[in-house]
Amino acid sequence: MSEAPPVVKCLIWDLDNTLWKGTLVEDGHVEVEDAVRKVVVELDARGVLQAVSSRNDHDEAWARLQELGLAEYFVLPHIGWGPKSESVRRIAEQLNFSLKTIAFIDDLPTERAEVSYHLPDVRCYPAEHAGHLLGLPEFSPPVVTVDARRRRQMYQAGFERDQERENYQGADEDFLRSLDLVMRIGRARDEEITRVEELTLRTSQMNATGVHYSDAALRSLLDDESHDVLVVSMSDRFGPHGAVGVMLIERTPRAWRIKLLATSCRVVSFGAGAVLLRWLTDAAARAGVHLVADFRRTERNRMMEVAYRFAGFTVADCACLATFSPGEGAECLHLEPVRQDPPTTMRVFAPEPHATAGETQWR
Amino acid sequence: MTDSTTELPVAAIEQRIGEFLEAKTRTTWERDVDLFASGAVSSLFAMELVVFVEGAFGIQVEGADLAMDNFRTVERMSALVTRLHSGGGGA
Repeated sequence: MSEAPPVVKCLIWDLDNTLWKGTLVEDGHVEVEDAVRKVVVELDARGVLQAVSSRNDHDEAWARLQELGLAEYFVLPHIGWGPKSESVRRIAEQLNFSLKTIAFIDDLPTERAEVSYHLPDVRCYPAEHAGHLLGLPEFSPPVVTVDARRRRQMYQAGFERDQERENYQGADEDFLRSLDLVMRIGRARDEEITRVEELTLRTSQMNATGVHYSDAALRSLLDDESHDVLVVSMSDRFGPHGAVGVMLIERTPRAWRIKLLATSCRVVSFGAGAVLLRWLTDAAARAGVHLVADFRRTERNRMMEVAYRFAGFTVADCACLATFSPGEGAECLHLEPVRQDPPTTMRVFAPEPHATAGETQWR
Repeated sequence: MTDSTTELPVAAIEQRIGEFLEAKTRTTWERDVDLFASGAVSSLFAMELVVFVEGAFGIQVEGADLAMDNFRTVERMSALVTRLHSGGGGA
């Protein structure tokens, strides 16, 4: 598995004589072959992002992409006259992707050579291979998660949101309120586990124990009476953020133990972690149980320690801790919960305790 | 702790903290106003506060001191800084 080349996360297209037949400035009119269009649509469905690096007049080329009904499939179009290696590098940076996960397709050998020279990790493909891309392993992610199909949409919404945040003149908090944020907390369903597992792998900064729960381990807990696997998803007026957090909770008569809490770095600035802890604190207060959290210090998770401590967790002696033994190098933080007000920056929907279906808004 | 014989005047500490908050939130904060009242403060902002206070005043905030109550207002942060800076130790 480790020998296979990493799956391509973003394919960057040249336009003239690659995405479309002909040269826009010379021919004036260009068309996209059905086979190429199929590749664009299918890669999108597989969750592979697609961007553009083209030497053209930006407005003219983008207008043509819109006419062709393809513009919506692309993020970060770099259409201009600079070197392509530069636009490829910037696209990777803006996406925060490693160059090893970037691919570039262009009809001109010189352009591919220029990109390869400056960015040897980027995989380059000649335009005539466009029709074969779908059959290549590097363009075939082993699992297409629920979020993968919406990935491009989420990135597009993210860019819009960043732009708006940059232009926003007021306090951060007011900006958050302007987003119309909604958080949904729900019991994990089978098809979400893959995404949840991925989250525990990727979110080293916001993982309270640094422990990775495998797909199988999480799945086995789905039907376990004493455990809750909760998935957190968020959306705002720009669109969905998808699954952004996971909590694994063990319920005992006297205390709920948070065995895993991880949130995506994408939502850290929305205060997602703090809101989750508040919600759980309120739910525990209503249920009349204490909260216990496993915490293991890693080099990267001080943020999580701050989140727990700021939520009121302390190292304490409490009878409810007697049944828990933290893993090696970990400690149990403890909180005697009191009722909490919902946050003013987002609406939170969560399952009714002890109900198998349905959710209510936290008010 | 280090032999910090240099006393940091409270006014200087509060001004420094106030400037940081204003830059971050684009709002001015009275010294006794609760930063966290709205529930809007993100984990990221909490983290930034901790990192700022540690860096700006050369202290380390750990264990029980790492409590929201110590960061709730400019006044409280300043008191924490003064206590830790003068080697006052943990709570």
